[in-house]
Amino acid sequence: MLWDALTLQLGYNATLVTLGAAMLGVGAGATGTYLYLGKRALVSDAISHATLPGVVLGFMVMVALGGEGRFLPGLMLGAALSAVLGLLAVTWLTTRTRLHEDAAIGAVLSVFFGFGVVLLTVVQVMDAGRQAGLETFLLGATAGMLRDEALTIAAGGVVVLALVRLLHRPMILVAFDPDYAVGQGMRLARVDLAMMGLALAITVTGLKVVGLVLIVALLIIPPVAARFWSERAGHVVMIAGAVGGVAGYLGAAFSATAPDLPTGPLIVLAAFALFVLSLLMAPGRGVLAAALRHLRFQRRVHLRQGLLALAAGQPVYEPLTLRLMRRAGLARADGVATEAGRAMAARARLDERRWQILRSDPAFEAAAARYDGLTPLDEVLTGDQIAALDRRLGPEGAV
Amino acid sequence: MPLELVGTRPAPNTDSPLSIRGLTVSYGEKPAVFSVDVNFHPSQMTAIVGPNGAGKSTLLKAALGIIRPLSGQVTSLGRPLQERRAQIAYVPQRASVDWDFPARVLDVVMMGLARELGLLGRVRASHRARAMACLDRVGMQGFAHRQIGQLSGGQQQRVFLARALAQEADLYLLDEPFAGVDAATEKAIIAVLHGLRAEGKTVIAVHHDLATVAEYFDRVFLINTTAIAEGPVAEVFTPDHLQAAYGGRLALAQMGGAAAG
Amino acid sequence: MGQDFVMLSLAPLLIGIAAGVACALPGNFLLLRRQALIGDAISHVVLPGIVAGFLVTGMVATGPMMLGAAAAALVAVILIEAIRRLGRIEPGAAMGVVFTAMFAGGVLLLEQSAASGVHLDVQHALYGNLESLIWLDGYGWGALTDPAALAGLPPELGRMVAVLICTTLFIAVLWRPLVIATFDEGFARAMGIPTAILGLALVAVAALAAVAAFDAVGSIIVIAMFICPPASARLMTDRLGRQVAWSVGFATLSAVLGYVLAGYGPLWLGYDNAVSAAGMIATVSGVILGGAALWGPRRRSVSRAGATPQPSAPAE
Repeated sequence: MLWDALTLQLGYNATLVTLGAAMLGVGAGATGTYLYLGKRALVSDAISHATLPGVVLGFMVMVALGGEGRFLPGLMLGAALSAVLGLLAVTWLTTRTRLHEDAAIGAVLSVFFGFGVVLLTVVQVMDAGRQAGLETFLLGATAGMLRDEALTIAAGGVVVLALVRLLHRPMILVAFDPDYAVGQGMRLARVDLAMMGLALAITVTGLKVVGLVLIVALLIIPPVAARFWSERAGHVVMIAGAVGGVAGYLGAAFSATAPDLPTGPLIVLAAFALFVLSLLMAPGRGVLAAALRHLRFQRRVHLRQGLLALAAGQPVYEPLTLRLMRRAGLARADGVATEAGRAMAARARLDERRWQILRSDPAFEAAAARYDGLTPLDEVLTGDQIAALDRRLGPEGAV
Repeated sequence: MPLELVGTRPAPNTDSPLSIRGLTVSYGEKPAVFSVDVNFHPSQMTAIVGPNGAGKSTLLKAALGIIRPLSGQVTSLGRPLQERRAQIAYVPQRASVDWDFPARVLDVVMMGLARELGLLGRVRASHRARAMACLDRVGMQGFAHRQIGQLSGGQQQRVFLARALAQEADLYLLDEPFAGVDAATEKAIIAVLHGLRAEGKTVIAVHHDLATVAEYFDRVFLINTTAIAEGPVAEVFTPDHLQAAYGGRLALAQMGGAAAG
Repeated sequence: MGQDFVMLSLAPLLIGIAAGVACALPGNFLLLRRQALIGDAISHVVLPGIVAGFLVTGMVATGPMMLGAAAAALVAVILIEAIRRLGRIEPGAAMGVVFTAMFAGGVLLLEQSAASGVHLDVQHALYGNLESLIWLDGYGWGALTDPAALAGLPPELGRMVAVLICTTLFIAVLWRPLVIATFDEGFARAMGIPTAILGLALVAVAALAAVAAFDAVGSIIVIAMFICPPASARLMTDRLGRQVAWSVGFATLSAVLGYVLAGYGPLWLGYDNAVSAAGMIATVSGVILGGAALWGPRRRSVSRAGATPQPSAPAE
């Protein structure tokens, strides 16, 4: 059954939902990257929670006009309008008062949501039956999704992607260094507007599938996961899109296999799984790789310090240094240096003295900049140059 | 030179108010401070100088335990630094603080008395008087009830110094106290620091301006990731040392000024 | 009217006020430390906590659910910190990753448990049911001095007041180190103040308030109480002590006004039913914030650059 779901053999509806969710994920991952790189990831939380009053008001307006309250584009329009108000409120609070952005986001998030809840309870008593449709926006539900709704969602994802492609350069510049962007003549307000608009579009599109509480996950988790794999902003955007797409696909496919498996949470958990994988396994910034590098680095530092201490006739007293030196065969169990230890200590001392001479000589300025306490001199100078330096060593001389 | 038995602890330098052994600090993979050994002299004013990124602030913060070093030992008068915190006053860089914080000048100076007051101690008139006296010493007593965000850079620096004075410590550690302050503030601060030295206190300051080291300080500690030299200013400011620290043309230019001063 | 009030409104009002103030107190410091959104994170993880509590014990009772919520808050804070350090991720994103994933897990578990027949009300967890916390034994004002009647008070009231006392004590006793560590962390550590533990304790106290309050006002509204009253207070004064006092006042006002408007507002407008009290409380706190942002005496950011201010008395 799972295999069928993954290979899109569970029927037209399921296939549509799966592909639509995947498209949404790609768009969300890509869009969220700009917010994340600009250190504004949680603005999406404010946007998503601010949609609630708009959704309910949209419902109420449509019912008042005699229509079917559940008309998705109408609800999405309402959501978009109140989210825009929320964004404006965040900006207003941040620029016109001494409050910081996190406070503004939290305030807008909770107040708009609270107001939306008030409206929900109003609707609850207006028409008890029809209201059930609105609560699915909180947590999402794809069971019984209409074909048109699925197509709308997929289309939303595609449109967002196209806009991302178009606006990538200005958005990246503004996310990274807004002051520089302004200096380059970019209109900060417009680019911000574009970024927020895209986030808004994703939020509104994804309301039905994932629900407003969880859509923020699709805007945050894929970029964070993607960041582990690349140092280039453009690549991060693409990887984030891929992560989002895979998460959308997997989550929707999973949920199609059983009636009581909700789509939204499964998509989010799939994204989280990919995040954990990236956190641990990514070769550059991943935890395992970093831990290994750190251990190696720590070892180098302690050994170097221990050898220098030995060569200067000072005792080594840090337990970790001692342990590492014993393990490397440079010192014996009782703390006395071994043959190898003495030799290496002398070599380290020589290296250090050569570095001191080099750093004092203006002719070697460029090389001197590479001094960090650990790099051996023969990685920086040629044999001839080192020989020239040695001639200037004092009576202690080379060993 | 014979190689010593390893594993024995060196006798702590019981005279030095700040003694650092084998301190290494790194952010990521590059050491900012590598294997620094230095004993600061008591009752003197010592400047810590070096090029940008040389690890001066890092050294201070790691010594105080504000950031975690990769290795190293820090003692004060032979005891671990933690035991002597009551006698040590720290003046951080101004930029480390959000000056929008809801506090007045007097409130900030009173923070220096926090250790004495403990958690629940009542603030008495005598405490306030002492805080005002510290403000007076830095020339800021007229600003006691001013909001800190309304102060200029130099005024903020003086308030920080007043806070440290309120601690009535033996050792004063300052991180770039003269950076970005006006000339009047600089003179005022130096007067206070010299006053502290006259009282027998130890002053150690990260200093950004080579040209004024000889004029303001007795000793200097030159650092560029590793320790280069420590001692009286004239002894440390030699062409070799300055070259090792600063490299290139800067050293040549400064040597004219510093070695002469 | 008096009798109805005591039975139907007194307890919910007091609970609402206690919840609001218990959240606003630590909220002042969270705001100054730019950790306002930790309330967002805590509120979202309360749901998986109560679901886990229910699944583990099999009971839809307050005890296990609150323990579950507390445990979830703890797990969340630990995970956020771990992810932040291990991945060198900025705090906001780390929070977003953790609380959305945990919330998703909670919803998933919830659907699974619904299949087993017992129904946990998600909406209740999200926005509470303050209006239902009535005092059936409250026959009138006299019931306040009647021990038998007092025993019938809703348990949420006792819990909330106890937590309020805890948070008040925490803030009062640890006031000095909290202020110093929030203002200047380097200086605080140099003085020997354990800033890391202090920060953790603050978050723990906030989580305690959130967990206790969610039962009454739901988890999402708790965020409003963490942020809006302190933020409004911040715009009213430059003194921290007064800011905390203002925040308590604003929290109380939001609770009272919100409850009254939710309960009686529709009646005044000619409708029969009440609307969500919690939602209205959040809305009122937002309106207060809006007012403070428009007219608060200290709403503007203090400018630092520019002319040197002169002292009030000749000094130099």
